[in-house]
Amino acid sequence: MPKIGVNDPEGEAIRGGLQSLGYTVVERVRAGRHYRLHLSAPEADVARATAEEMAHKLLANPVIQTFVIETVIEAPEV
Amino acid sequence: MSSHIGVITFPGSNGDQDSFDAFALGLRAPVRMIDYRETDLSDYAAIVLPGGFSYGDHLRCGAIARFAPVMDALKAFAGAGGPVLGLCNGFQVLTEAHLLPGALLRNQSLQFHCRWIDIVVENTRTAWTHELAEGEVLNLPVAHGDGAFFADDATLDRMEQNGQIVFRYCEPDGKVTPDANFNGSARSIAGISNERGNVVGMMPHPERAADPILGNDDGLKILRSALEFLRVEV
Repeated sequence: MPKIGVNDPEGEAIRGGLQSLGYTVVERVRAGRHYRLHLSAPEADVARATAEEMAHKLLANPVIQTFVIETVIEAPEV
Repeated sequence: MSSHIGVITFPGSNGDQDSFDAFALGLRAPVRMIDYRETDLSDYAAIVLPGGFSYGDHLRCGAIARFAPVMDALKAFAGAGGPVLGLCNGFQVLTEAHLLPGALLRNQSLQFHCRWIDIVVENTRTAWTHELAEGEVLNLPVAHGDGAFFADDATLDRMEQNGQIVFRYCEPDGKVTPDANFNGSARSIAGISNERGNVVGMMPHPERAADPILGNDDGLKILRSALEFLRVEV
């Protein structure tokens, strides 16, 4: 997600679109990206720590972006 | 040290040949292409990171190129004071690689801008601008979708104090106005340098304004600066 204070013209354009559809309740839109990573790890915390490391190193640019990580546990494929 | 200028080609670079030609034909300077897989730049006098769409602009512009094999050598080269110039996508690569501060965001208009613009020279103490005059206006082409320079206010203030703002978008008479800031850059910034002044990044394309037959050769003044710089340095 773009950090607070970072201009987000994409979010602004989406907000304008929603407004013109009649969704006047929409006050702000921030546009970001969603990556779905499949990791093999012994437990969720380990996967989360790895994901955080990857976000810092590559997936997000800390100068302009923030990120959140959600973990979903999947059974390994048989 | 060799006196060759090196132009790095990443997968997806498209300004590499123009950059090469600007030096070879426009300035009759010795120049060589560098493959992104090379790992030693000690044989070069100056390095140009050209424009284009390295690695398809995936993830963020310049984000993947930062991990190209040549980048460790580039960091060493820049760290030793070697002149480095990033043009458009090359500028994006330099910010992603933390060789320059800030980041380049999507243009405020959300549109890809391909046009001629004017920039005013603010810092003539860099390796790439010392042949220019302070306040001089250059007419150069731009062609980018992600060129809005961003840094937080504290960083911008520090950069201003250090004289790291090299170019700003301006009117033809040199006046910096909101109207001339077509892509919505913070403080109308078109080009910056690192603290030392050897690494410069800019969104406009000097290599595409390198022959009077094609409009103007304002761009050559920037490229020529490095040659003069090296003549003094070496």
